[in-house]
Amino acid sequence: MPLIRDGKIVEDIWVSLDDEAELPEQGDVILSLDRLKKEANAIQTRSGRTGVVLENDVDEEDVETYLPHIELIALTFPAFTDGRAYSQARQLRTKLGFEGELRATGNVLADQATFLCRVGFDSFEVDNDQSIDVWNKALRSMSVAYQRGYDGEQATRESGPLSQDKAHTSLA
Amino acid sequence: MYRYDEFDATFVSERVDQFRDQVARRVKGDLTEEQFRPLRLMNGLYLQLHAYMLRVAVPYGTLNSKQMHKLAYIADKFDRGYGHFTTRQNIQYNWPKLPDVPDILEHLAEVEMHAIQTSGNCIRNVTADQWSGVAADEVEDPRPYAELMRQWSSLHPEFSFLPRKFKIAVTGDKADRAAIAYHDIGLRLKKNAAGEVGFEIFVGGGMGRTPMIAARVRDWLPKSELLGYLEAVMRVYNLNGRRDNKYKARIKILVHELGAEEFTRQVEEEYARLDAPQGLPSDQELERIAAYFAPPAYEDLAENDAVHTQHLVDNKDFAEWVERNVAPHKITGYAIVNISLKPVGGVPGDATSGQMHAIADMAEKMSLDEIRVTHEQNLVLPNVRKHDLFAVWQELKEHKLADANLGLATDIISCPGLDYCGLATARSIPISQDISIRLGDIKRQRDIGDLKIKISGCINACGHHHAGHIGILGLEKRGVEYYQITLGGSGDETASIGQIIGPGFSSETVTDAVETIVDTYMDLRKSGETFLEAYRRVGAEPFKEAVYATH
Ligand code: HEM
Ligand code: SF4
Repeated sequence: MPLIRDGKIVEDIWVSLDDEAELPEQGDVILSLDRLKKEANAIQTRSGRTGVVLENDVDEEDVETYLPHIELIALTFPAFTDGRAYSQARQLRTKLGFEGELRATGNVLADQATFLCRVGFDSFEVDNDQSIDVWNKALRSMSVAYQRGYDGEQATRESGPLSQDKAHTSLA
Repeated sequence: MYRYDEFDATFVSERVDQFRDQVARRVKGDLTEEQFRPLRLMNGLYLQLHAYMLRVAVPYGTLNSKQMHKLAYIADKFDRGYGHFTTRQNIQYNWPKLPDVPDILEHLAEVEMHAIQTSGNCIRNVTADQWSGVAADEVEDPRPYAELMRQWSSLHPEFSFLPRKFKIAVTGDKADRAAIAYHDIGLRLKKNAAGEVGFEIFVGGGMGRTPMIAARVRDWLPKSELLGYLEAVMRVYNLNGRRDNKYKARIKILVHELGAEEFTRQVEEEYARLDAPQGLPSDQELERIAAYFAPPAYEDLAENDAVHTQHLVDNKDFAEWVERNVAPHKITGYAIVNISLKPVGGVPGDATSGQMHAIADMAEKMSLDEIRVTHEQNLVLPNVRKHDLFAVWQELKEHKLADANLGLATDIISCPGLDYCGLATARSIPISQDISIRLGDIKRQRDIGDLKIKISGCINACGHHHAGHIGILGLEKRGVEYYQITLGGSGDETASIGQIIGPGFSSETVTDAVETIVDTYMDLRKSGETFLEAYRRVGAEPFKEAVYATH
């Protein structure tokens, strides 16, 4: 699965750690929520960064206490029509103030790109057969958006005069 | 009426380009049908029994003449010369070809229309009272808020992949002509004790296989906070609505499983927490939208018009049409004309391109350029001077649109059923035609009085049968269609769910059964009592006895 960040395919330096595997002292690892809870102390002292996968049926408040020690949260789309992770992302960013990397995983398609960015995702494990060009084109397809208070490059009514190129330049 | 500014125009035209690209990728094979499906659905494109079906949004049911002309043009150029107005104030085209669809959408964009979110598991076209802004007894015109919701719900980043479709209806009147109790969210403008206008909010109504009447979650909310409260409702639903079973995925099931009280608590908790102002439109923006719905240039007219009064005396057919199809207007000297799309024996809600052009012309000349679509599959000319009523009627007659049956037995709602729909278990249009012909004599209809017959071709209840005074549901057993009858449903401010009266009927006998029910009512009614009132007084028993004794 190619990983997209900032409009480019990038190498994934994070390793998903199996629940049985030993927690390494170094390197960036992504844990399950259960494992994270068990390693609550260990993650505070290791030198590598720690991330967690949240399934889309858990309450995002479950990770609240660990947030100071977490630098990546991966949210899952079991099917791209299952939109719970949009609200989870929104809650993590606004209610819980999470500022680390929010990664979209699972069935992630280019056609979701603008939605994902606007609720606060910033990295994307996309389906293999979707090229970076398709992704970037999709991301640029809408230059305006109606909803206030969400992120993204799109102009909203309150953000002043229309700037058609806003989305384009920032991705160039 | 709302007009697009540069912002709206950009939004819709970029959306057309986006869909053009998606169609191209589908045609090329870069998208599988499975991947394409949710994308086309968010643009109102269904794959039906015989062809694609395109559903075009008529936001809160309001059209101008240019838009209606365009709908007619599309019917001619891309379809078979007609369109079908639906219970959700949309219009459906039954025969478009996939490669043509982006062009159709481009034509629509030219007249500030689109098909965005007329299907799919997202927030659908917001519907409203068809008499909004003109009804004599309205609290306030709800359309500025309907427009605000149209914008807010369009490509919502958080709420576009919901557990299931989501329907919002709004009314500005005590009398409910928008069936708000049967919607996922129903909104009613009302005054609080201090005389300020705000929203009363209902959540969790719906039809389908589990009909439910919405529960009230808020008695009064300041108008300006609407989007914040909706966000709270949507988030609770998006996170907690069931996704394991599509028949249990609507918000009504969540409200039911949690209980209205607990659901309300969760919504209120979420709402209290929201950084509300961030998501709310500015006052200027609300005013900008509201300005578009300022009353049109009404003339200063007298209450009565001598010419009109004379026509009423001279022409009985005209007088009867006025009595049934014309409603009182807010503004002195004006009237609301309801155009029946239910000719006896016709297809409910269908209009030919010729009829659409004619209605558009009439609207331009005699209704201050406005047309409305109703959830009962009829059309409205909302701003007609009483002086012009006779001319409008004559014109309507010429186009076979002057049936004086609004709200009567032949004003039937029917879904497309097995004639078009891939999910149908039975035909519904032919049954509605049969009943319409049987009860078609206008004298008899007038004698029967207010009666709502509603027919669906399967359990999904697109034909609102649960809300029919007489509801008919087409089912199928071992390859044979049969029809279940419910009585006592209502979609108005006294909303109730119809109750099944017993075993179903064959397609040959269902019309007889309906006629027997109607005759039974005629025998037992008290003076001035409507069908629904009589049913509520006597219950189902007398009707059951009559129907099952004779069949
Ligand atoms: C022809 C293609 C159509 C298809 C495939 C279709 C599909 C469906 C389905 C699956 C449901 C059940 C949803 C649920 O219970 O969760 C439904 C409900 C509904 N549909 Fe349709 N429908 C079609 C046409 C129409 C038409 C023509 C109208 C308007 C006349 C309409 C209006 C409605 C309404 C009002 C409901 C019930 C209200 C609700 O609970 O959502 N549909 N439709
Ligand atoms: S009620 Fe059933 S048959 Fe009728 S349109 Fe809806 S899905 Fe089709």
